[in-house]
Formats: sequence, structure tokens, C-alpha cells
Amino acid sequence: MKKEDVPQDLSSLGSITKEVCYATDNSGKYVTELSRGWDIKITALEAAWQDIEGRIEAARRKVLNKESSPLLFFIERGLMDIGILADYTGFWKWQIKRHLKPAVFKNLSNKKLQRYAEVFNVSVDDFKNMNVHGT
Amino acid sequence: MCMELNFEHLQSAHCENGVTRSLLKNIGVHQITEPLAFGVGAGLFFVYIPLIKINNGPVIAFRTMPGLIFKRTCKALGIQVVRKKFSSKEQAEVFLNECLASGHPVGCQVGVYYLPYFPKEYRFHFNAHNLIVYGKVDDKYLVSDPVMENVATLSSYELERVRFAKGVLAPKGQIYYPKAAVIVTEDQIKKAIISGIKKNVYNMLHIPVPIVGVKGISYTGNKIKKWRDKLGLKQAGLYLAQLVRMQEEIGTGGGGFRYIYGAFLQEAYTYHPIDDLLEISKKFTNSGDLWRTAAVQAAGIYKGRVGSQEDFNVMGDYLLEIAEMEQQAFKALSKINWRS
Repeated sequence: MKKEDVPQDLSSLGSITKEVCYATDNSGKYVTELSRGWDIKITALEAAWQDIEGRIEAARRKVLNKESSPLLFFIERGLMDIGILADYTGFWKWQIKRHLKPAVFKNLSNKKLQRYAEVFNVSVDDFKNMNVHGT
Repeated sequence: MCMELNFEHLQSAHCENGVTRSLLKNIGVHQITEPLAFGVGAGLFFVYIPLIKINNGPVIAFRTMPGLIFKRTCKALGIQVVRKKFSSKEQAEVFLNECLASGHPVGCQVGVYYLPYFPKEYRFHFNAHNLIVYGKVDDKYLVSDPVMENVATLSSYELERVRFAKGVLAPKGQIYYPKAAVIVTEDQIKKAIISGIKKNVYNMLHIPVPIVGVKGISYTGNKIKKWRDKLGLKQAGLYLAQLVRMQEEIGTGGGGFRYIYGAFLQEAYTYHPIDDLLEISKKFTNSGDLWRTAAVQAAGIYKGRVGSQEDFNVMGDYLLEIAEMEQQAFKALSKINWRS
């Protein structure tokens, strides 16, 4: 890639920091050049997030239909799976699977709810009620 | 506690190269640039692991396992390394504070999921990020993150959270730094360059596993041609988006690290004036360019602009062509006569 071809399409990262790219100058020598982003990777990231948003929406519907507890919604929103969540909370995977059932979830102690809420960066109330504020 | 070590923040393309370069500079080894750290550490790689999923896509890596660049570079230069992992968060912080108190800026492996200064869009469960802690003022740790233009701060809670991120490659509070100041001679660097290149030739050409090295690239190319039928257009598009992100996202310097490697070979030439190195550097530039052309093709698919089987064939063929180019480049590297 030539130095003048280093793309400068503003990405969400680009508004916080530019990235170092390696490119060649007129004499063919490698130099570094800062880039604000590249459309190709902006859309790659967008594709990934659209997929995630779709899964969050599907989880929200399942919770509203009482097919699952709010935990499912926060797992999807937190880009987690049961394995990662088990590592973060210290619960066993089978416990988490149980907590996904609305009937079990309803009777969870405040202490257990608190462990989840901290991992998801929300209050216990918001966790129980599937509330999210802003982003 | 209030201390700020004398430390110069340097921005790099890749976090581990950057940590290596900055920590070495800090102990008086000024010669190691980012490309040298990457090349001496035999950083260039390719692996495609279809069976393990990360973020619902396959694992694809364009560089070597996290931690190896620092380890190999220090070893090749005869620099002793202190490296520690922790089961206790408290001990991890105590040790960090002791390091700072004894005047060592330290490298920390962290996860980016809870890293507050990263934009939300980038905060996946990715645990192979590296940053340097170089001081503490009140409750704020002073952080030099090599991929960022400017330094940052993290509260002790924030730092603990990222040092103890969970999931694949969990950092377990891992901390590392060069033990003591050393003088690195030009002769040592010359030898380190040769051993780094040899190691990289081996990793890309001779590991007897089909998903690794140049064989891994052609393996992936052939798989991509089948993705459309096997996964459906939408999922296949997401897999390609994942490939592009691993190839181009923060830290690769562009073209899946191939440009950094090209830069490394040019720097190697200043230590070993062998014309072949400059010629082979161009091959890596061409390879990086072709990776980026392939990324544009992939984007056509995940944006939904194109999506026929023929488009997947074109995509797969790009990887086959890249594999051929890189095979030639590494073979040429393996034939260099270093004594001349």
C-alpha cells in the first residue's frame, strides 16, 4: 500500500484515536502513516453488530413472552455465552441455565442478582426488569 | 501512592510490538523499532480454527500467539524477563505496585471488554490486548496503550477488571517486564534478525498441520468457496466480516501484518545488506495489497452488494493466490545466504 492510499474514512475509533498503518513512500521505503479508519472494516464491524442487535432483539422478545428470564437478554447484550458468564460470576454453567428459566429467576436471592448485575454493569432493579439506559 | 515513572509513550500499530518496543527502550535498548520487534519475535502467522468459535465466527489469526513476540524478542537479545500470573486479584495489584515502586513500568495482558477508553463497538471479549502501566496518581493508574495516540488512566477497579477478564486466553493478571537494563550490540541484533526469520519460515512453511501457515491460507480459501452453500449467505457474510476484522482491525498495521513484515525486512537490510531482503520485502507488500483487495471483495458480500457462488469463488481464489505468493516469499527467505 502506498502512503497516499492509506484510507481516511472516519470510524468510531477514528474519532478517539488514529491508528498506525505501514505503507510505502515514493521511493518504496516503508513509513508509518496515521489512519482515521477504512470503510471496508467499518462495514465489517457494522455487519457484526447488526447480527448482535438481531440476537438481542430476539432475546428481548423471548423474555417478554416469558420463554426466558431477563438473564438471556443481558447475556446477548453483553456479547457473552454461558461459559464466559460462568467465569465472570462464579456460578456453574448448570446454575446459569436454570436461572434462564423465568420461574427460577423469579426466586433468585438479591445476592445472586447482585453478582449478575455487577458483571452486566447495571443495577439489580434494572437487571430484574430488563431496563437499559442509553447505550 | 503517587508516582509517575519517567516513561515516553510511543504509538504503534500493534499492542504487543508496541509494549515490547517501549519496555525495551525504557531499559536503554533504543534500536528495537516496531517492525524489528515483530520480525525478531517471528510475529507473522496464519491460522484458521474452524471448530472454535469466537463471537459466533471462526477463529482466524494473522499473527502468532499472544505473548510470544515479547518473549522471543527478549530471548533473542539476551534480555531476562520477569513474568507472573495471579490467582488472587489482591496479590496482582500488590505486585504491580511493587514493580512501580521499584521503578519498573510493566506490560499487562488485558481484555478489552471492560476497557473504558475503547469505543463500545470495539469492546468484544478479546483478551490478548497489551498495555503498559507506568505510574499511579491517587487511585488512577497511568496507562500507555500502544495503539492509542495518547496516554490514559484507569482506576484500580477498572484496571483489575481488565486484568482479570474472563474467557478465551484469560489474562489472569499477567504482568511482564525486562528484569534489568542491558546493552544490546549490533551483532546481537543481526543474529536475532536471522533467528527471527528462520523461526517465521518454519512457522509459515513447515508446521505439519493443514490449518496453519501458507497451507492454512489455501485451506481457508478452499473452505470459503463452500461457505455459501454450507452456511447460507448471511452467516457466510458474517464469517467473511470476521476474517476482515482479524486482518485489518486495530493493531495489524494493514494487510494482516504483511506490511509490518515488509517494513521489518527493509530494516533487516540495514543490518544485513543483502539485496534479496529488499526484493522479498516487496513480495510481502504485494501480499498485503492482495489481502486488502480480498477484503474489498469480502465487503461486497457482507454488505449484500454481491453474493453469487462466483463471488465466493473469486474470494477463495484470492486466498489461494496469496498462499502461493507467501510460499514463494518464505522460500526465498529460507534460501538467503546470511554469510555473504
